[in-house]
Amino acid sequence: MSLLDIQKLSLSIHGTPILDNVSLSLRPGEILGVIGESGSGKSMTAFATMQLLPDGANASGKILLQGQDLLTTSEPELCAIRGKDIGMVFQEPMTALNPLQSIGKQVAETLRIHDRSLSRGEAMRRAANTLERCGLPGDQFPLSRYPFELSGGQRQRVVIAMAIALQPKLLIADEPTTALDVTTQAQILVLLKRLVSEDGMALMMITHDLAVVSGMADRICIMRAGKVIEEGAAGTLITESKHPYTRALFEASSHQPDRIQGAHNVPLLQVRNVVRDYALPRKGLFAKPGRHRAVNDVSFELHHGESLGLVGESGCGKSTLTRAILGLEEVQGGEILLDGEPVFAANQPNHKVRRKMQVVFQDPYGSFNPRHKVARLIAEPFHLLETQPRGAEREALIDEALESVGLTPVDKHKYIHEFSGGQRQRIAIARALIIKPKLIILDEAVSALDVSIRAQILDLLADLSARFGLTYLFISHDLSVVRAITDRVLVMQDGEIVEQGETGAVFDAPAHAFTRTLIAAAPRLPDIPAHIGDTHGA
Amino acid sequence: MAEKSILRLALSSRNLIIGLALSLVFVIAGLLSFLWTPYDVTMLDIPSRFQTPSAAHWLGTDHFGRDILSMIMVGARTSIAVALVAVGIGMGLGVPLGLAAAARKDSLLDDLIMRGNDLVFAFPSLLIAILITAVFGPSALNAIIAIGVFNIPVFARLVRGAALSLWTLDYVLSARVAGKGAARISFEHILPNVANLLIVQGTIQFSLGILAEASLSYVGLGAQPPIPSWGRMLADSQTMISLAPHMALFPGLAIVLTVLGLNLAGDGLRDLFDPKLRKART
Repeated sequence: MSLLDIQKLSLSIHGTPILDNVSLSLRPGEILGVIGESGSGKSMTAFATMQLLPDGANASGKILLQGQDLLTTSEPELCAIRGKDIGMVFQEPMTALNPLQSIGKQVAETLRIHDRSLSRGEAMRRAANTLERCGLPGDQFPLSRYPFELSGGQRQRVVIAMAIALQPKLLIADEPTTALDVTTQAQILVLLKRLVSEDGMALMMITHDLAVVSGMADRICIMRAGKVIEEGAAGTLITESKHPYTRALFEASSHQPDRIQGAHNVPLLQVRNVVRDYALPRKGLFAKPGRHRAVNDVSFELHHGESLGLVGESGCGKSTLTRAILGLEEVQGGEILLDGEPVFAANQPNHKVRRKMQVVFQDPYGSFNPRHKVARLIAEPFHLLETQPRGAEREALIDEALESVGLTPVDKHKYIHEFSGGQRQRIAIARALIIKPKLIILDEAVSALDVSIRAQILDLLADLSARFGLTYLFISHDLSVVRAITDRVLVMQDGEIVEQGETGAVFDAPAHAFTRTLIAAAPRLPDIPAHIGDTHGA
Repeated sequence: MAEKSILRLALSSRNLIIGLALSLVFVIAGLLSFLWTPYDVTMLDIPSRFQTPSAAHWLGTDHFGRDILSMIMVGARTSIAVALVAVGIGMGLGVPLGLAAAARKDSLLDDLIMRGNDLVFAFPSLLIAILITAVFGPSALNAIIAIGVFNIPVFARLVRGAALSLWTLDYVLSARVAGKGAARISFEHILPNVANLLIVQGTIQFSLGILAEASLSYVGLGAQPPIPSWGRMLADSQTMISLAPHMALFPGLAIVLTVLGLNLAGDGLRDLFDPKLRKART
């Protein structure tokens, strides 16, 4: 008998249909991967199961947990079920914990809510046990620790401890590793798998990342636009599915854009022994402020027409290095030259050099001033030019930039909120292209996008590079993307470049231990038999 | 499209409509007083003093026989002008200071501006007003300066706080990549995005300014006779409250209704801007 049985669940919020006849089931001890792109309704399915729906939600159908229909259960009864029978882990460990409560107290609290007879001391003892099971042993992580003293992965362990403290029958994990680094992600996935097998829990794992799920799920369910498109055993679904959407999704995940190798052996960007220090806050009133070395003696060259990847975990100094290259911050040692000229000269950024490079950021939502129209947004880099184009010339350049990224000139009269994430990222690329730079720095430029959109943007980047002879510095934590689009790769750890070389060579035969860890931790899709890929390849 | 839906939201907000309507009544009364008042407010008519409301004097007369309606109309002009200019001073100086402090976070300039603000905040506004009037003498102008000075740190802090979070956004970073300087970014990117906050805080400070002007006039530090002022009308009525309660009632009501109107309008504006922010996120 199944533990959770969702039957023909339809959901609308303020009249907008969100879910359409969703049926799912989960047996005890089973891991179900729910996969879909943004807007597919995967998270809403989870929230419906928890009955944590937003105002104005109207659900029909049945959500049976051990035969009890959660849709008709009263709120007080639901409170008893939430946390006890169903646990939930959220995406963002930074906000899922109360910053003002110690981790022990937060775990103990979930225990005491459902069992009033539990004494404070007993609850704390059981909290310590649970945290230890989640990989936070008491001798290293005492219960008195506060969330801010823990890393992202450790916080996620606390969130998981809270969810499993009462040994629920069903655990729902909504993108539990999306905010984490690959190595941390791998550890959290191992932990979840272990807990499931130890407690015989059922796990509903919601994610946009096929590779994450393919390694651990027993069954996979693919959702799109509020509907379940396909469902089946993990092994066969990935390799044998004939459903066009499933196939498209898998192909997009391992998409390899066609690239023309156009690298010349002429250096465009030279980074020599760069050191970047930050001042730390003073420890005492008269103490000298300490220094943190974010980038330590980094040197590399980027050639004309080349695409160079920079990979590393969060906090390794990637972003600091990017800002230094863009001439936004001064370095404390070494020099950065673009086309032989320093990016930062005489204590100020060198505009002559800066107009040769542009940047595309990760967040398609935060990259634009919401109060300006697209024409004004993408024309911003004109400011770098000595004579700014005016009138018809300016309009023509804006139109050209929009067309080159696959948008139309009409779009320039719109506001940014009228565009989707993928379109916004195209606009960000148009903004970078408009002054015809030589170098474009892509700072996690595709990380926030759905796989199919990501594939399109990667194709666009490859195409633009061929058409305009662009050079890319591609900063990412996503190894598969770096592999798809770069010629050479730098691996950064703790402010230093620990390995560099041809992308293929580094990935196939990593020399440094850290590179090996990174590559081993990266989730991978199983190889899809060629004959299936071919049928829908065109 | 966006503007249209804001207008529709505005029309459906009860707070905003009532608040704006109340405030507008007094604004119109004040403006009208430039052209016409029922009676001349500087004309004394002792025989008809202490009259209760009647057809000839809608709101009655005071101890000099002046028409209270006319005085409230002219008083509205004084109150609104003082509060408006004071908010103007506060915004005009406070906003650039806050923007500058945010743009140069943790620098000496930031420290100077913010500690200077703390210093102004540390003095009660009434004390500043007494200080200024002690030096320059009591007048409406000095009341404006006193209230205005007190408004500067309010706006400076508000803008700095909001601007700091905006400075971390990618679009500010890309403006920097486009070679734009701090001043230009502050006015092109930061200011329009804190405008919502400024409008809301502006209405609140405006109502506080009206209260402050009334208090200053009440203690004799605001507009000087013969210019009518709500605060001084209240002060004048104090000794005659049992004899002619309407002398205290009507200026008091004027103050309460204006402040209420502006606060409601401020609340309404905040409600108006908040859902828009929420909608933009999803």
